[in-house]
Amino acid sequence: MTIDLTDTTTGAISSALTEARRRLGGQTTGMVLTLLVVTDEAAQYDAIRAANQAAREHPSRILAIITRRPKAESRLDAEIRVGENSPGETIVLRMYGPLGQHADSVAAPLLVPDVPVVTWWPENAPAVPSSHPLGVLAQRRVTDSAAAEEPRDVLTALARAYTPGDTDFGWTRATPWRSLLAATLDQPHPRLEAGEVRAEEDNPSADLITAWLGLRLGIPVKRTVSGGPGITGVSFSTAEGEITITRPDGRTASLGWPGRPDRMVSLHRRETAELLAEELRRLDPDELYSETLAWLDAPGITAGDPGITATEPGPEIETADSGHAEAQPEPGSADEKEGTETP
Amino acid sequence: MTMPPAGAKGPAPANPGVIATSGAPGNPLRDPRDRRIPRVAGPCVMVMFGVTGDLARKKLMPALYDLANRGLLPPGFSLVGFARRDWEHEDFAQLTYEAVKEHARTPFRESVWQQLSEGVRFVQGAFDDDAAFDKLAETVRELDHSRGTGGNYAFYLSIPPKSFPVVVQQLKRSGLSDPRPEETNADGYAPWRRVVIEKPFGHDLASARELNDIVDAVFPPHSVFRIDHYLGKETVQNILALRFANSLYEPIWNRGYVDHVQITMTEDIGIGGRAGYYDGIGAARDVIQNHLLQLLALTAMEEPVSFDADSLRQEKEKVLSAIRLPRDLSQATARGQYAAGWQGGRQVIGYLEEEGIPQDSRTETYAAVRLNVDTRRWAGVPFYLRTGKRLTRRMTEIALMFQRAPHLPFAATDTQELGQNALVIRVQPDEGVTVRFGSKVPGSAMEVRDVNMDFAYGESFTESSPEAYERLILDVLIGDPPLFPRQEEVELSWRILDPVEEFWAANTKPDQYASGSAGPASADAMMERDGRAWRRL
Repeated sequence: MTIDLTDTTTGAISSALTEARRRLGGQTTGMVLTLLVVTDEAAQYDAIRAANQAAREHPSRILAIITRRPKAESRLDAEIRVGENSPGETIVLRMYGPLGQHADSVAAPLLVPDVPVVTWWPENAPAVPSSHPLGVLAQRRVTDSAAAEEPRDVLTALARAYTPGDTDFGWTRATPWRSLLAATLDQPHPRLEAGEVRAEEDNPSADLITAWLGLRLGIPVKRTVSGGPGITGVSFSTAEGEITITRPDGRTASLGWPGRPDRMVSLHRRETAELLAEELRRLDPDELYSETLAWLDAPGITAGDPGITATEPGPEIETADSGHAEAQPEPGSADEKEGTETP
Repeated sequence: MTMPPAGAKGPAPANPGVIATSGAPGNPLRDPRDRRIPRVAGPCVMVMFGVTGDLARKKLMPALYDLANRGLLPPGFSLVGFARRDWEHEDFAQLTYEAVKEHARTPFRESVWQQLSEGVRFVQGAFDDDAAFDKLAETVRELDHSRGTGGNYAFYLSIPPKSFPVVVQQLKRSGLSDPRPEETNADGYAPWRRVVIEKPFGHDLASARELNDIVDAVFPPHSVFRIDHYLGKETVQNILALRFANSLYEPIWNRGYVDHVQITMTEDIGIGGRAGYYDGIGAARDVIQNHLLQLLALTAMEEPVSFDADSLRQEKEKVLSAIRLPRDLSQATARGQYAAGWQGGRQVIGYLEEEGIPQDSRTETYAAVRLNVDTRRWAGVPFYLRTGKRLTRRMTEIALMFQRAPHLPFAATDTQELGQNALVIRVQPDEGVTVRFGSKVPGSAMEVRDVNMDFAYGESFTESSPEAYERLILDVLIGDPPLFPRQEEVELSWRILDPVEEFWAANTKPDQYASGSAGPASADAMMERDGRAWRRL
């Protein structure tokens, strides 16, 4: 059911919502969160669609916030959609004139009581999400640096403005890659000497993976440019040869290991809805993201300079790695950080 | 000791490989704070016996595909089918393809299928055929070589228990059950072997032990994974969250507030084509011994000190060992057989008319039993368990029925319609939690009536919530055992059920109940004697 309200107030929207729910049989599904989608007319369709899909996993009230014609007279129009092939409720709020500057005054009364609030900017991430009026309302603020003209600049800005609760789709998109990389290094492997991440030029996920590998492995990791799509490969050089993961087609990756046959593994690029669902799964601050972002911003690679290697590793990290790579008859013995020599 | 046992976990044997696959401190890319990276199984082969069965086609193969689709299977993961059919690898791949296409939960992607199908093999043979098992051994070793599966094998025995002895012995004879000494590398890393078995785990205590001895002779206890698919369900795991993550329920989760507990699992269908399996087994052995007693254990157990396998199983075993049967079983049990009738708008035949069921069968299709849990928490609180086929509808739930308020400051007429408060964990369908309590009916008079407060977790409309088998298969491949009952639990459950079965065998004949009803009158009478009633189906 869709209800259109023109020149309305949040009070009227709330009553219309209650009324609509009553007419649909009083179903109030347990909504687990309120999702604020800050968007514009051009992007709203895709964004709301993705949010609705994600709502299947996380039943939520979706508030799409669209500001229009800032010079016009203040006016609030609302479009309420309930009971349409998605659990939860969607309210598209169009704000005209100066009201657009005070969108939080419209959103705040419409938040579902007691449950978390997430604000998502599908495009045009604000410079400081945590101090944006609609970001202040939320526990979790989701941006997408890849949608920007200069993703690296946006990522750098986000790194400097980081506040616990911030997150970026660039990091979300990196999850399948990071998962495969972690699984790869679960196996006993020769000591890693250096790494390389190959991807399209403007790919924040690749930048984040590069920083993450540098940070966690303590080895120099290069970020190089390829034709895409997305990230096309990650490789590690070892004394025994290269460990490589290549994904030329954006769908299937092949894992190459010195002295072993290549193995295929599915590694497809994900839809926005899947990314959003992953973000909504956990609403606590993502410390790994913050550390990676800090590493990316501080000593690591810099924008427009993809060939520069990450900083030299600290000695403790390096030995931690060699400790893992070498033979360890007694895993219980606590000498993993003691810097045993690689045979 | 020349080498550590395969697949070992915990402090005893040194086995860094296994620890690493579950995300050990050794891998710098793993961080406990990193909640995005899922647990991914290490390289391995799954060898499946009984590939032509319903379970394999409808659940196991789709679950494997769904795992692959979610990126949770390792590169090179391989599946070997073993059956008597005269098939080539391609025929088996085709069967798998069809099973996946029809039953998979996640969308079908050609690229995922390609990746999976490259590792699909088939070995033809009977279980007593030495040559076939040698061929199987050769096949998996070839996979180690060509797909880098690292010598890690999981054997899924989706076969009747009577075939266990021969299959397990064959695995031993062909050298598949133990990693060879040369497979243990310089780091002391030995590949693992795991065996997965499905219910029934025997038909009484003696046969359960016998079965266990057979498997135990070849596989050490920690490599045996007994699947109770109920424990893979999100809602069942949610019992632990509900009880131990909240402060709201714990204070009332005891005899001070709970009057009794009802655990129900009913089906609307009959035995279908399972006459051969079902007759002589019956509802109690089929459902109460495993599913319902597991649900009871999770509901009644004390708080485990942690959620690791040992602590959780210890608590379950403690509560199972505290279960006592009432002295007079004729008063505290009921059983029935479905008769012809109308179920869900269709006319259906009775159990004795089903194909393959003897006319004089005394196998029950409905069983109800009252159990006492002799602990400080539950003394005097009866647990009623019931299960049946061809009943009103399909439903599984755990209902805690609370005592009535000790005093009602209302006129008697005001609270006539007020029942007992209840907390119901709905396991399926429509997973969630219901709280039932009295509320004032709007109006000028004070009238109190029961209402429901409902929590329907995303579940019912969440395409993304995994199937029980996905979770369990992944746990097997990772080697994470908390959700799998130990032999001790199986034996404790049989200890509870055996006297009931003996009593039934000696004294009673199942009562007939109409298909589509809520069960035999004797079950209702059993509750009535206690001054209680079953919850409506």
